Amino acid sequence: MTYVSHADLGGRDLPGAIVPEPEGDTFHAPWEARALALTLAMGGTGSWNLDASRSARETLPDYARLSYYQIWLAALEAMLTERQQLLPDELAAGRMLHAPQPVKRVLQAADVPAALARGTATERPATVPARFARGERVRTRSGAVEHHTRLPGYVQGKVGTIEHLHGMHVFADAHAQGLGEQPQWLYTVVFDGVALWGESTEPGISVSVDAWESYLEPAA
Amino acid sequence: MAHDHDHDHDHSDDHSELDEMDLRVRALETVLTQKGYIDPAALDVLIDTYQTKIGPRNGARVVARAWIDPVFRDWLLKDATAAIASLGYSGRQGEHMVAVANTDSQHHMVVCTLCSCYPWPVLGLPPTWYKSAPYRSRAVKDPRGVLAEFDVQLPASTAIRVWDSTAEVRYLVIPQRPDGTEGWSEEALAELVTRDSMIGTGLARRPEAAP
Repeated sequence: MTYVSHADLGGRDLPGAIVPEPEGDTFHAPWEARALALTLAMGGTGSWNLDASRSARETLPDYARLSYYQIWLAALEAMLTERQQLLPDELAAGRMLHAPQPVKRVLQAADVPAALARGTATERPATVPARFARGERVRTRSGAVEHHTRLPGYVQGKVGTIEHLHGMHVFADAHAQGLGEQPQWLYTVVFDGVALWGESTEPGISVSVDAWESYLEPAA
Repeated sequence: MAHDHDHDHDHSDDHSELDEMDLRVRALETVLTQKGYIDPAALDVLIDTYQTKIGPRNGARVVARAWIDPVFRDWLLKDATAAIASLGYSGRQGEHMVAVANTDSQHHMVVCTLCSCYPWPVLGLPPTWYKSAPYRSRAVKDPRGVLAEFDVQLPASTAIRVWDSTAEVRYLVIPQRPDGTEGWSEEALAELVTRDSMIGTGLARRPEAAP
């Protein structure tokens, strides 16, 4: 096992209180705001995609003990140094020591509102028919994969029902690995709580995930 | 290490970590700016956008409109991306929106167990608890217990559906309109719509609790 995600937390009974928070508390320190903005601005250079960013974050060895924006910052530094856009001695020095690598584009202040309003849609034209129809029973893939994936562990190998077809979307697993978009049909699959957590689960609980087609097989 | 402000606070450990993070981020920003990868003015615009322009008041306006306009509500439930865009909210982390409506028999709640996926154009950036391990781990397994931590008690007859945002679809919960708000204006209704009610970890405010 070489690829380990530390971010797949669903169903793991992790300790700690859930602490409600007032609406205005967007950032808890000025550096958090700068870390967010640096991440978005560097994302705007087109040096990597969002799925690669998520992969960089979830594989940080110290993920569990870092705060949210510490994770973002560490992943940003890791992606930059991996591409030699930044060298470690420059972080220590706090100034440029080596020539820059060319980037595709730079997000200018004047372009920020339009870039945010545009976003990055992941739906693509449907080029093949969907394998599954609404109401069909499906079983999810089980077992670990050696790359970023968006099928949480707690639903792996479980039987659920196709509830909605979202069209074909950029396949996160491939996209994160730099293997192109490889769009696939995306489905909302709903699972009964008992199917996920066992007979002792109280009735009336259901959980859904959005799953790409290759995560699914027909349930016998 | 030189600091340009006093250290006469409590929690000096917290502050030294804050200072360390602050210095680390400043160093990174300096290098990236010198390398020409970023426009530092763009950082200010990004921060201002999510501090003052894009936040849960956007979503509250969407919900209030759905409460007073049945045609809009139907549109929102069928094609949330277009309906929300008609009010001016679109883009990053809201490219593919789905809205789900709470009823007496069905409550909806949203989580991202794998990271922190959240509908930015209507709710802004997620609160700390939404990104935390306790919420992400427990929401899918014990949603009633999680709701209790938010002081929300639902009747046993109310089914709970948890939406785990595992792809690029983003979910907005339409909370139930509180009783006793007949004839209220859209603006007044929007004041009853809390951020948590649009994640499904809260309910809309009662009329007597209007701010």
